[in-house]
Amino acid sequence: MLIAKLAFRNLMGAGIRTWLNVFVLSLAFVMIIWVQGFIQGMNKYAMQATIDYEAGGGQFWHKDYDPYDPLTFEDSHAPLSPALAELISRGAATPILVTSGAIFPEGRIQSVVLRGIDPEQQILQLPSAYLSKEDDDVTPALIGAQMAKQTKLRVGDEVTIRWRDVHGTFDANDVRIVQIMNVSAPSVDVGQIWLPLEGLREMLRTPQEASLVVLAEDVSDVPSGNHTWVHRDLNFLLKEITELVRMKSGSSNILYGLLLFMGLLAIFDTQVLAIWRRRKEIGTFMALGMERVKVIGLFTLEGAMHGFLALVVGAIYGIPVLALTFAKGLPMPAMQADFGIALPQSLYPSYGLRLLVGTTLLVLIAVTIVSFLPASKIARLKPTDALRGKTS
Amino acid sequence: MNNGALITAENLVKQYPIGGRKFTALNDVNLTVQKGEFLGLVGPSGSGKTTLLNIIGALDYPTSGSAIVIGTDTKELSHRESARLRNEHLGFIFQTYNLLPVYTVFENVEFPLLLLGMDTEDRKKAVMGILDRVGLADRAASRPSQLSGGESQRVAVARAMVKKPKVVLADEPTANLDAENSHNVLQMMAKLNEEFQSTFIFATHDEKVIGYLRRKITLNDGRVAEDIETTPQYN
Repeated sequence: MLIAKLAFRNLMGAGIRTWLNVFVLSLAFVMIIWVQGFIQGMNKYAMQATIDYEAGGGQFWHKDYDPYDPLTFEDSHAPLSPALAELISRGAATPILVTSGAIFPEGRIQSVVLRGIDPEQQILQLPSAYLSKEDDDVTPALIGAQMAKQTKLRVGDEVTIRWRDVHGTFDANDVRIVQIMNVSAPSVDVGQIWLPLEGLREMLRTPQEASLVVLAEDVSDVPSGNHTWVHRDLNFLLKEITELVRMKSGSSNILYGLLLFMGLLAIFDTQVLAIWRRRKEIGTFMALGMERVKVIGLFTLEGAMHGFLALVVGAIYGIPVLALTFAKGLPMPAMQADFGIALPQSLYPSYGLRLLVGTTLLVLIAVTIVSFLPASKIARLKPTDALRGKTS
Repeated sequence: MNNGALITAENLVKQYPIGGRKFTALNDVNLTVQKGEFLGLVGPSGSGKTTLLNIIGALDYPTSGSAIVIGTDTKELSHRESARLRNEHLGFIFQTYNLLPVYTVFENVEFPLLLLGMDTEDRKKAVMGILDRVGLADRAASRPSQLSGGESQRVAVARAMVKKPKVVLADEPTANLDAENSHNVLQMMAKLNEEFQSTFIFATHDEKVIGYLRRKITLNDGRVAEDIETTPQYN
């Protein structure tokens, strides 16, 4: 208690020097939480959006299905297993048929992925119900906003699509864009055309077949896979996003690492200077009867208190800033689709307890360590030398 | 060894390594100091005054021999024990005052009592009491930078005396003061010596200080050249 009292007294007595250090450190503290909050918010959103629009509660893939190799699509479909058919019949799963094809918007050819989905499905948050509109002979199609932008297609436009059926025969037909989806997951938008499942089955001549089956999130009795259908859990399906977020957060970590480094350097510099400049004071402390270990403790605590004060100062201006961004979000740039993962138009941070407590502890521990290192030199300082202003 | 002595130095030797050689700062020093003495270690620069004062103050260790201070051989003390000895029984007054710059006068004087763990009320009473004695009660809230040299040294005296130590060690306490302030400070110390019966040991070559001493130990080249009782010229 005495050491804390003296350390606080010394810090306050140092005036502007203390507050400059505290401000730099608080900046690092607030920035870490701010940036990490957004990264966590982005991570959370990307995960949830992928679950909502694409992954569901897990999937079963045809054994040859490889979403990264469109050439495999023509062979990666099969009739559903009885277990999967049972899940689908009670609304706990929905089949999707996938094939590659091409469209000809404005006379250009563009490769696309054709996806057949049940218009009645409730598992993915895609507006598949629009696909049940069959006013005439033209097949309805859904595309995402990014796809619409790339192809310059609008609602009501008709576009020719070409595909190969199960026998390898090319065929073509017109489809009508019945809705442009605003989905934030690029993987269900860019280069994708959604068609009614039965329509695509007819086009491919693959009745009752699917390429993958998406499970609802609350399915507890997930059947085991077989030689045709392979179960892919959420960890597998979200692995790419997790890796991408980790990679992107790595570059942000460098930024806040630098900020923290600057803050810590200021404390370290202050401590090293303090030991040098305050040798006589250290000698006086010892002459007056302060134990050497307490002098070290005092100087370490003085440094560490910068951390405490930085938390307080950071909280004063940081809480309003964090609260504002939490309420208003951060508008994302127009090229958000290029980011590679699902991003909303406004990104909202996520400040978890782990982030707040973890960052607080990180700052406090780091500051204490950089404060202790110079202070530990006091252990080798002779009181007589210190009183004369010399270093031993 | 003189039984009942407050301080006893026996065959005290202190050597410092300088380059590849050893410099002998104290060479076979023997002396005893009784309670309540007002004595000075006198001699030219390099005669060993400060070294002897530091060993008596448990700030330094002898190379050989012993320094028994208030019944304790300082050579046997750990860092912690010597800190406790200084905290409980010794007061220090330095040539450059060594006031803690960010503390107020009150806080500077209060510091030794904080280390002693005295409670707040007693601390306040003791600090204001001694500040009153040195005539600085009205400067309690001032910082050292706002004080004159004489005032600073009076604060240093108050800090040394506030815990009523058995021994006060003063190293050239008037070296930075003018004649008037020197006499003021010395008169104050002489008075406190009488009242508290604390033993004062000066390291000095200032004639003004010597004029107040009742015993003068002259050191020359690390040896006691003379140890005499004197009659103070000033009162």
